[in-house]
Amino acid sequence: MDFWSLIGIWVAAFLTLSIYSVLYRDNPFYRFAEHLFVGVSVGYGIVLSIYQGFIPLAWKPFAAAITGESMSGFIKLIPICIGLLFFARLSPRHTWLIRYPIAILIGFGSGIAIPKVLRANIFEQTHGTIAPFAEIAAGTLSGWDIFEAVLIVVGVICTLTYFFFAVEHRGPVKWLSKVGIAFLMIGFGSAFGNTVMGRVALLIQRVDFLLNDWIGAILTIF
Amino acid sequence: MANIDRRIVFILVALAVIIPMLLSINLPVSVSEPTQKFYDYVEDLPAGSTIMIAFDYGPSSLAELNPMAKALLKQCFDRDIRVIGITLVVDAPTLASALIQEVAAEKGAVEGEDYVFLGFRPGAVQVILGMGTDIASVYDTDYNGTAIGEIPMMQNITNYDQIDLLVDFTSSDTVESWIVYANDEYNQKIAAGVTGVIIAQMFPYLQTGQLVGLLSGILGAAEYENLIGAPAKGMQWINVESFVHLLIVVLVVIGNISYFIHRTREE
Repeated sequence: MDFWSLIGIWVAAFLTLSIYSVLYRDNPFYRFAEHLFVGVSVGYGIVLSIYQGFIPLAWKPFAAAITGESMSGFIKLIPICIGLLFFARLSPRHTWLIRYPIAILIGFGSGIAIPKVLRANIFEQTHGTIAPFAEIAAGTLSGWDIFEAVLIVVGVICTLTYFFFAVEHRGPVKWLSKVGIAFLMIGFGSAFGNTVMGRVALLIQRVDFLLNDWIGAILTIF
Repeated sequence: MANIDRRIVFILVALAVIIPMLLSINLPVSVSEPTQKFYDYVEDLPAGSTIMIAFDYGPSSLAELNPMAKALLKQCFDRDIRVIGITLVVDAPTLASALIQEVAAEKGAVEGEDYVFLGFRPGAVQVILGMGTDIASVYDTDYNGTAIGEIPMMQNITNYDQIDLLVDFTSSDTVESWIVYANDEYNQKIAAGVTGVIIAQMFPYLQTGQLVGLLSGILGAAEYENLIGAPAKGMQWINVESFVHLLIVVLVVIGNISYFIHRTREE
């Protein structure tokens, strides 16, 4: 293992232990590691955005146009200028100019997203919910599959009923919405359980690093 | 029990992680249907097919997603499936590039012929839509700066029509963007490997067929390693994870019992 890899492992181990030290109580090591993490994350993101976004997509084509290599780079001036209008926010007299890039972004985003999101998330999901009933009618589903198909429809109807506030939740509507709450709780429970699994995986990865990489590196010295 | 010092719980969790890790305990791993579908789809692709892998995760999700990405890369290189790596996340390129190169070195895959990493481009929606028309219009060079026209494996690849499967490894909602803009618009087949936090909201897409397969966090990684017959970190960590889950279940049960005893005494 080379010298710089060893330094990297020791720094990573120190920062890992510093972050976990907050489990005992708040301390300067934790705060140092926390602030360093936030600072490095932002700095790293900005540098990567400049090198992988701004320079290849804006600066290089524009520079090529100025030097006469490729005149198409001048077209980049349009999005660059629109993008620069975001900085109008810094001047109180010119703040109104920020409306133009925001309007373009919202207009583009809505125009692109609304029909496709409706199709992918509403129509496809609705189709997926009722499609198994065609198979039930054709007699191609097993008993368990039929139970699943019915359960999904019951879950969807009951859960949507819970969020239907146009009528008072009394009588049958109340009971449908109560069943809907049960489905919601099962969904939240599943999401929470999976979240716990994810968080524990992060802990396991750091412990694996400390035991194998860090302590392993120490043992190789001796 | 209600006043137990929470640091005792932290110590118990730490022990539940450290002890099984030191003892290298192996528990059986069964394969779930979403993982099996994912594996079968890749396995059924003929040699010479192309998979595009979107490494849409940063260092904070590396623990859950790197093992499954590694397992898929091993399967692809073993089966002569070509890999195009990209990312929609700004802090992912370094990690993704290092991971591909590590597996490629292990499997003897050649850069430019068996795999290429195109890197990051800003504007997720524009990137996804743009590649549907012409990948070169979005990525004129790869991550190393090589012009895309000079990369041998990219000679016959223009857009999604030549991509047999797109796999999104993600810890965010990028998989929904891929479904909305690549699957719905260009009929691109998509599979996903996601963190445990967002797995619950992905299952509806699997049921409708908008996803052909789905890997769930470290469990999905372990299952996939089991399927390809190459046990690695995923299988090692899921064993440890099982002990922590057992501890959490015991703590939840004890906590509930003590709560009900406390409430009964108060009444």
